[in-house]
Amino acid sequence: MSGNSWGRVGRLGYLAYCSAVFLFLTAPILVIVPLSFNVEPYFTFTEGMLSLDPQAYSLRWYRTVAEDPQWLRALANSLVIGFAATALATALGTLAALGLSNPAMPGRSLAMSLLISPMVTPVIISAAGMFFFYSDLGLAQTYPGLILAHTALGTPFVVITVTATLSGFDPNLTRAAASLGAGPVRTFRRVQLPLIAPGVISGALFAFATSFDEVVTVLFIGGLDQRTIPRQMWAGIREQISPAILAVATVLIAFALLLMVVVEWLRRRGNAKPA
Amino acid sequence: MDSPQKVHVEFEGVSKSYDGRTVVVRDLDLAVYEGEFLTLLGPSGSGKTTCLMMLAGFQTPTSGTIRIGGRAVDDLPPRKRDIGVVFQNYALFPHMTVGENLSFPLEVRGMEPRQIRERVRGALELVRLEGLEGRRPGELSGGQQQRVAIARALVFEPALVLMDEPLGALDRRLREEMQYEVRRIQRRLGVTVVYVTHDQQEAMAMSDRVAVFQRGRIEQVAPPEALYEEPQREFVARFIGDNNLLRGKVVGVEGDFCRVEVGGQIVTAFRVVPCEVGDPVSVAIRPERVAVAPEPGLYGNEFDAGIDDITFLGDHLRLRMTVCDTPDFIAKIPNIVGHGAVLEGDRVRVGWTLTDGRVLEPDGPETGSK
Ligand SMILES: Nc1ncnc2c1ncn2[C@@H]1O[C@H](COP(=O)(O)OP(=O)(O)OP(=O)(O)O)[C@@H](O)[C@H]1O
Ligand SMILES: [Mg+2]
Repeated sequence: MSGNSWGRVGRLGYLAYCSAVFLFLTAPILVIVPLSFNVEPYFTFTEGMLSLDPQAYSLRWYRTVAEDPQWLRALANSLVIGFAATALATALGTLAALGLSNPAMPGRSLAMSLLISPMVTPVIISAAGMFFFYSDLGLAQTYPGLILAHTALGTPFVVITVTATLSGFDPNLTRAAASLGAGPVRTFRRVQLPLIAPGVISGALFAFATSFDEVVTVLFIGGLDQRTIPRQMWAGIREQISPAILAVATVLIAFALLLMVVVEWLRRRGNAKPA
Repeated sequence: MDSPQKVHVEFEGVSKSYDGRTVVVRDLDLAVYEGEFLTLLGPSGSGKTTCLMMLAGFQTPTSGTIRIGGRAVDDLPPRKRDIGVVFQNYALFPHMTVGENLSFPLEVRGMEPRQIRERVRGALELVRLEGLEGRRPGELSGGQQQRVAIARALVFEPALVLMDEPLGALDRRLREEMQYEVRRIQRRLGVTVVYVTHDQQEAMAMSDRVAVFQRGRIEQVAPPEALYEEPQREFVARFIGDNNLLRGKVVGVEGDFCRVEVGGQIVTAFRVVPCEVGDPVSVAIRPERVAVAPEPGLYGNEFDAGIDDITFLGDHLRLRMTVCDTPDFIAKIPNIVGHGAVLEGDRVRVGWTLTDGRVLEPDGPETGSK
């Protein structure tokens, strides 16, 4: 009897503990969402908001952002740099993963660690290094410079996701294609790519998210012309505190959620497919 | 096999080592004739797949030359060899339908869509899978996938087809059915097939010739009957069917026969391989050739035997005996009226003809590592 009720208490305690951890992790993010609809230019909940008065809520800050040329410019920059870096990172990362999946390749693990090192190196160090290196090459404060920097940060994600997908890939399929007369390019396009596509796409999404979020290298390498959304938020918080930032943040949260759902969906599809 | 045949594939002094230390295929010489069904048979790890992969071009020999149609193929990549390959796990493209799998090699060759459709239909007819073009490999049974894999290896009409244990994953009945099918297709198309298996019955049932592999070497290449009737080495005698082996020393040679002392008694046996007085040899006798309690004087070899046990196996009885001091000597006698004459523990006479006992080279240390 008492053992049973202790089990109940234990379970409730466990649930409470998990909820607390969950809340701790998400509250700072979740609190932003309602605040972004604040009619007043404050970062705090007004009395009207707390009593759920519809008058206390508005889309005011969303409109501000949508009409502000600086924010629009930042969005355009983020998209251009994000897409370009993603395209490069995906192509390079996929090629690297294909090469690294060949057991005959010498120095595989060394090459692998080098390739994914940008993931474990503190980004401030990479960014500082890139700053000096790119300045010498004339790449600092240019779009190509920023695109290359984000490519370096995004490539490891592609290498990892594609390598994971390739581990379930039957190497006899490549051999079969060769025995049927197909060259390497056709084999890649018709046999390998369709089968590793889920890995390639989720890698690309991670690479894009990395570039889209990234502020440190932008601070170092980006000039005024290359302000991305996170960089603009950084400036906004320091210079002109306004809930417009919260509106942008909410949009970014929604966007990130969408990416995560897509990645998860791809992962399940990839798993469900017979190898 | 009477007309003089053209050599299609030739291995000449081919050796292979993956790591530079252990030799997986050792100094291999082998010719495969046009239109022949040749099987590489041997235990696991004996180097069969390695040979096939070198022929297909996925592995390069460490030394030696492989020729296809008289041409050395050392520098020819797999895709230019025009060889159909059936992989053990089928290796069908899972994201393509059966029809797309079969069209793939034809598209690569730039064939017209109409012609492709015709060829695909023909290939599916050949393997009796008409009407399954639209299915994905995942929607087919194991036997059907196997047929698709065979069809894909044949659809571009290669002159040479390699098959690596293609029936390994099928259950027994389907296996036997497919053995027959593969043989039928091969005969009909007249293609050369190099087939790999570790199942000796499969090798016997399908092949024109069988090459018995052990530790990267060919022990013997011969048609199935010859392999069964005239094994030249102990390994082959033990690997193909059952055999009793009596180990002894040659004490006399007379023409095609020699006398071998085994456990103090003299066995007369047919000399399949050359031997001289004093050589250590094995005498192999098939269990079904041993007569139990024969009329005296009927056989060239007759000995006393103690029956250790008798196993009833339906159509025959299996007697385990001790003969010439050698235990586990097996005799198979048909289950016919009168078999009740022998009982466990009996002492009987056993006999076999002079030609049913065969002198072989024993497996010396030389066969093993080097
Ligand atoms: N890619 C490889 N790298 C290193 N060693 C290998 C490789 N492939 C095979 N081997 C080794 O070579 C030897 C022969 O292998 P192989 O696959 O040719 O044997 P097999 O006769 O086909 O055996 P099975 O009947 O088990 O398929 C084995 O000892 C195996 O471990
Ligand atoms: Mg094998």
